Amino acid sequence: MISIFRGLITTLKTTFRRPVTVQYPSTHLPLTPRYMGFPVLTWDFKIQEPYCTGCLVCARVCPTDVITVSMKDNPKAANEESHRRKIVNDFKLDISNCILCGLCVEFCNFDAIIMSDFHEEGSLTRVEQDLPLVTLLDMGKEMQDKGKFTPPPPKKRPPAKAKKDEPATDADPEKQES
Amino acid sequence: MDNIPSTEPVEFMLNVGPQHPATHGVLRLLIDVDGERISQVETHIGYLHRGTEKLCEGETFSQIISLFDRLDYVANFNMEMSYVMAVEKILGLDVPIRAEYIRVVTCELNRIASHLLFYGTLGLDIGAMTPVMYAFREREALQAYFESVSGARMMHNFFRVGGVKEDLPEGFLESLQSYLPKLKQAVQECDQLLTLNDIFLERTKGVGILEKVDAVDFAVSGPNLRASGVEHDIRRTEPYSIYPNLKFSIPTGTNGDSWDRYWVRMQEIQESIFIIEQCIDQIEPGPISGRTRTVIRPPKGEAYVRTESPRGDFGVYLVTEENKEQPYRIKMRSPSFCSLMALETMLQGEYLADAVTILGTLDFIMGEVDR
Ligand code: SF4
Ligand code: SF4
Repeated sequence: MISIFRGLITTLKTTFRRPVTVQYPSTHLPLTPRYMGFPVLTWDFKIQEPYCTGCLVCARVCPTDVITVSMKDNPKAANEESHRRKIVNDFKLDISNCILCGLCVEFCNFDAIIMSDFHEEGSLTRVEQDLPLVTLLDMGKEMQDKGKFTPPPPKKRPPAKAKKDEPATDADPEKQES
Repeated sequence: MDNIPSTEPVEFMLNVGPQHPATHGVLRLLIDVDGERISQVETHIGYLHRGTEKLCEGETFSQIISLFDRLDYVANFNMEMSYVMAVEKILGLDVPIRAEYIRVVTCELNRIASHLLFYGTLGLDIGAMTPVMYAFREREALQAYFESVSGARMMHNFFRVGGVKEDLPEGFLESLQSYLPKLKQAVQECDQLLTLNDIFLERTKGVGILEKVDAVDFAVSGPNLRASGVEHDIRRTEPYSIYPNLKFSIPTGTNGDSWDRYWVRMQEIQESIFIIEQCIDQIEPGPISGRTRTVIRPPKGEAYVRTESPRGDFGVYLVTEENKEQPYRIKMRSPSFCSLMALETMLQGEYLADAVTILGTLDFIMGEVDR
């Protein structure tokens, strides 16, 4: 009998505590910096093109095969605007099957894909779950605006080797960006 | 006079599950009841079978970690631990000491989270609504810690062959250290609510006794085995990782009844907190990932690794082929499966109303049983 009263006292003590319940749709818990939402693609503001080169590494490493990528020659590389010889042509991410494992981010060599904060991407049809390149880049830009992405340091061996001083001058605008 | 029903005992078969909240997942039980007593039980498993073992044969070594997350979905870190240890054993890889500490801290936190879930749902099973609120309040805090470490609340994909994915975030250990006393207090509150509660004692004492001999015969492991009085803990009998450096005691029960199984788990929470405190004291800065290649091609070989998951002795048997990115075979030894096999013996002769208590205290996870 005494033990039941002891339990009641515990309950009573808790009665006057501040509630910890979060009324979910109206209030959201803050996300931690490492939060892994759906992967999105990043945008190179300096050259105005995606970081992604369409190298297929992420498509191959994805456990659920939700990424479809294709590659094309970068038109900007011809007139030496960009150091990327190849660039992503088409990118499709089926977020209905993505398991948010983060392997694609880990294996990408170009920092072209990051885990975003987006996690409420429900839709009424399956077609809407296939995010095209444009949407992914837009989501990526939003994440970059939030400062969730640090641009990679300029690559040591750009194909356009004629301009040797370019990497040094490139470094500054990038720092301002981040 | 023909209308008078016969007084002969009639056996009645009751179907429980697979969609029943008390079975904690998708377990189907065919219970033959004689009056209120259970005379025979048949367990049907396989409703959550995803073919993980077969799937692993087609995935690369780095992808498999995400599959292991989905085995025991309330103790993800512990599952990953067994797998990465198996691969490391074949590769002969040494793990940096800081990574080992990070692994143990996260594993023990996960053990606490898992036992808190057990505590909450056991309360619900026996008809107490309040405990689950207390348990989930603390579990929520722990999951926030998991999220800050790995980025995910449940399917972490955090351990890597040869280390861990990332170092602990800044201020994590300090914040954890200040949180642990609060957790201790919360566990005490939980204790006061349920452990010695008369109604709870009535419902659990002497219910579903698992004899020592039966427990060993059925290869039951973990808290269920220790509740029957066998002091067996893989962390102690076959120490792995940094457990030899850590002091902890192994709580054991005496009767092997439902209350003992509950009590052992509550004590284990305390022990886990103690282990984490020691880890926080001992952890030192350093590298967190050994020499790992992004593509892992282990030599031909086989390894069996067992770890103490919150549910018991979880084993991974891994066979690799020369120069292959995929394993040849992975076999998991699931502690929940063995506990479930002992269920038939335990339920015989018990009241039907107690079946739910016994199911609850066995604390099995169907994701791990069916694999
Ligand atoms: S996101 Fe990265 S890994 Fe994937 S195709 Fe683009 S550059 Fe390659
Ligand atoms: S997070 Fe995982 S499942 Fe999702 S796209 Fe990346 S690799 Fe595939």
